Amino acid sequence: MSGTKTAITDESSLDEAGAARFAELLANDQRVEPTDWMPEGYRKTLIRQISQHAHSEIIGMQPEGNWITRAPSLKRKAILMAKVQDEAGHGLYLYSAAQTLGIDRETMFEQLITGAAKYSSIFNYPTPTWADMGSIGWLVDGAAICNQVPLCRASYGPYGRAMVRICKEESFHQRQGFEILLHLMRGTEAQRAMAQESVNRWYAPALMMFGPPDDDSPNSRQSMDWNIKRFSNDELRQRFVDMLVPQAEILGVTLPDPHIKWNEERGHFDFGELDWAEFHEVLAGNGPANTIRVARRRQAHEDGAWVREAARAYADARMTEKIAS
Amino acid sequence: MTSPGDFGGRETWPLWEVFVRSSRGLSHVHAGSLHAPDETMAVRNARDLYTRRAEGISIWVVRASDITASDPDARGSFFESPQGKEYRHATYYTESDSVPHL
Repeated sequence: MSGTKTAITDESSLDEAGAARFAELLANDQRVEPTDWMPEGYRKTLIRQISQHAHSEIIGMQPEGNWITRAPSLKRKAILMAKVQDEAGHGLYLYSAAQTLGIDRETMFEQLITGAAKYSSIFNYPTPTWADMGSIGWLVDGAAICNQVPLCRASYGPYGRAMVRICKEESFHQRQGFEILLHLMRGTEAQRAMAQESVNRWYAPALMMFGPPDDDSPNSRQSMDWNIKRFSNDELRQRFVDMLVPQAEILGVTLPDPHIKWNEERGHFDFGELDWAEFHEVLAGNGPANTIRVARRRQAHEDGAWVREAARAYADARMTEKIAS
Repeated sequence: MTSPGDFGGRETWPLWEVFVRSSRGLSHVHAGSLHAPDETMAVRNARDLYTRRAEGISIWVVRASDITASDPDARGSFFESPQGKEYRHATYYTESDSVPHL
């Protein structure tokens, strides 16, 4: 970015002053803003994390968009459309936040449609039944909220501000999902079976959304030192399970883990091992829907190119007219 | 002098900063930014992006490149130090603490 350099200070002393200021901001749990000096690693980590997060919102529109035309009632259709529209909005808030770190949006779009960028592996699972709309809201958005609430206090200002907005809107997502499952569980035998089958499929992938176990998460420590991450993957996962168990009871569904058991001593629910081999497979691009998700995104981007270009050409022509008149 | 959001040069559309007034009697407050080809589309996009839940009754958009900001590197010399200027605040005048309506 272009800034007026006031003095002829040499780069290294500027960096030193910047680094000291950065350390002071973090030590006082204050926010870092786009124009502040920041270590290259901090910038890179944030660009990666925020753009991945944005991509997840954008790709996340697909598994649910899939059900808009087949929602069982007009009310559910309107709700689903509002939710998918929110996700587009969340993606845009986050792309804006990432841009303040010096990456342009075209680059991020390219990284997504060429498969160079990652996004949350949860969206690579298919949504074959209506009950999946319930499970996504309750489990997937539930896990996302658990993860995102502490991110509202992330040390990078624009990221934290985007998260505040997102969290406000996300709570409706979780509640509407819970309600879909609740209604199915109050329905016929077949509807209850559909709800349970869906929860069986989504439970473990939702728990894996918090990322690998702490001892296998090399970047976590650094992110916590930078006040980007406030709690470890395992802490957040535990918090999520503790919330889920009583909610599952209210729904009347069984969580597909025989090891779930209250642990008096720990004051938490114990739960079983997750299949991390599957997690890494899906992350590596071998999940059930990786290829189709990216292909759809690419097609939408390419099909929309003429609209973006035409709007730009129209704006340019009007500008020229204005100047001429 | 710098402009906020002045990053990267490959955008198809320019960047706009969005200000939303939540209700009459309040100021327009910065809500975020977005990309749009022109001001008309920027206002529409801002409505869709920042007021999906009745958050506003009025929107301003301004091209990010039209905003002039103070130099972040000159923060210290630009803003006067508040050091020793407590007398600019009402709390400085303690002798009148017990006097009503003052």
